[in-house]
Amino acid sequence: MIEIKNLTVHFGGVIPLDDLSLTFESGTCGLIGPNGAGKTTFFNVLSGFVSPTSGSVTAYGDDLLSMAHYRRARWGLRRTFQTEQAIEELSIYENVAMIHEHSSSSRSTRRTDVLGAIDFVGLEPNPNSKVMTLGARDRRLVEIARAVVGKPRVVLLDEPAAGLPDEETEHLGSVIQAIPGHMGALVILVDHDMSLVSACCAKTAVLDFGALIASGPTAEVLRDERVMRAYLGTEAV
Amino acid sequence: MEATGVVTRVGSSVRVSRGEGIQLAVIAALLVFVLVGLPQLLSLFWIDTSTSAVVYAVAALGVGLLVGRVGMVSLGQVAVLALGAWVGAKFCLSTSLPYPIVLLMSGLITMVLGVLIGLPALRVSGLYLALVTLMLAGAITVVLTVTNFPNGGKGFLGYDENYPGTIRRPSIATSDPAFFRYSVIVAVVMFALVVWHLRSKPGRAWAAIRQSEPAALTAGVNVTLYKMWAFALASFVTGVAGGLLGSGAGKLYTFQFPTSQSVILFAVVLMGGIYTVWGAVLAGVLLWVLPALFTIWGIDSQLPTILFGIGVLQVLTTAPAGIAYQFPRDMAKLGKLLYRLVRRFTPSASGAS
Repeated sequence: MIEIKNLTVHFGGVIPLDDLSLTFESGTCGLIGPNGAGKTTFFNVLSGFVSPTSGSVTAYGDDLLSMAHYRRARWGLRRTFQTEQAIEELSIYENVAMIHEHSSSSRSTRRTDVLGAIDFVGLEPNPNSKVMTLGARDRRLVEIARAVVGKPRVVLLDEPAAGLPDEETEHLGSVIQAIPGHMGALVILVDHDMSLVSACCAKTAVLDFGALIASGPTAEVLRDERVMRAYLGTEAV
Repeated sequence: MEATGVVTRVGSSVRVSRGEGIQLAVIAALLVFVLVGLPQLLSLFWIDTSTSAVVYAVAALGVGLLVGRVGMVSLGQVAVLALGAWVGAKFCLSTSLPYPIVLLMSGLITMVLGVLIGLPALRVSGLYLALVTLMLAGAITVVLTVTNFPNGGKGFLGYDENYPGTIRRPSIATSDPAFFRYSVIVAVVMFALVVWHLRSKPGRAWAAIRQSEPAALTAGVNVTLYKMWAFALASFVTGVAGGLLGSGAGKLYTFQFPTSQSVILFAVVLMGGIYTVWGAVLAGVLLWVLPALFTIWGIDSQLPTILFGIGVLQVLTTAPAGIAYQFPRDMAKLGKLLYRLVRRFTPSASGAS
């Protein structure tokens, strides 16, 4: 469980997050909103790249904001970025193993955990192959494997399906759906692909201009008039 | 069956794959040749030149580690080498410590100095880091011009203009060929130390940092610590190499370590290749063997500097991974081409039309 209270972020005169209060209980939760709504800023606060002006973030009883960024990973916070971040010159195995090395997981289970994560995301190439030899889909899966290896507690996925064709998004969706059951982690999924969000997330929160405009069961939220307005605008065409 | 065989091999560092086996065999053969064959074939002039090349290959390894693996441009590695040389000379002249301990001390003390210098430098990156390291190298050169290198004189600085002292060599390697062999073995140990780092946790953390610092941070990598670690390791190996330098020549002079040499070293490391440790070996050879050849041929020994400039341009435009990466591929292509030519002009050897 992750509890956000009165979170405000200022970038000079811009306020990407404005007094946001929100709770993510468990399972896979969606976080959607139009471009510039503050979703990535929210992830950046959680992973430590942006310091909020005020507010608190409590995850499983721990104060996340007081930890150094790299310590949050040890605590169990994982994240993928909008841009690809799998390390090209390392092999699939090394890419996943390095996350395990810097986590709180024990060394003795490393091989099993790493191969387990690679298997979990359904990566078929030889784990010894370098990431630079892989295609877009497999690279994305390497990133997911990095996010779930060992004992993740909160997994933040920032537009994991961006740029993937539909049938690959479908496979990705089934992997994302399986994370909470398999790894016991809370997953927060940001994506513009509403079919992916609907398929993966029981609950979804919607941001617009840094404020929460709706939250609840995904199907209801997507039908919400305020959400439609935020995405499509209010003017009659 | 094959698939499971692959999986069981993953991640175990004990067993060696076939490609690595071939590589190890090549390295072993090369080493035997360098240690046994080369000193027999070369004149004293070339043996001394080769010893310098070996020492500078280790310094180049430090540059390659910082630039190629971590993405930090350091233009001060020759100054670090000079620090190691100073410490090594001091220990050789003022103590009777066993020679390996002297080298270890040069490495460790240079490492501490290197980290102290690197500490403020870590706050900047890219061009600014390059500039800071270059300026610090300049500062070290200025200080060394005043203090000079120890030659057995009195006091902490140990320098006396009129003193004829020579920096000692290890008792098992007093002759030039023996000292060359000794230097090669020390260099191999330093290369092994760096390769071992690259293949374990720090190497993976460095790869993450080079690709993207934010991503490395979210992966749990303590970026500052690992950058410092890289600085420490590069300074250590360079310090050990510096320790060899004094004993090689017997005397050290400040003019051997001009600040510009750091820039030239950086250029040859780029030419050799920063993504493979072989690039460092090539860099040492380019930096010493080429000028020596030019001297023998009666060509101005400043010419290599110009050639290195052109070389960097050529490497960056046509083979960014360096000569160590490109050369074997070009040779393979040439081999194939020759093979095809030979086949074409061999009258129906295979019976085909």
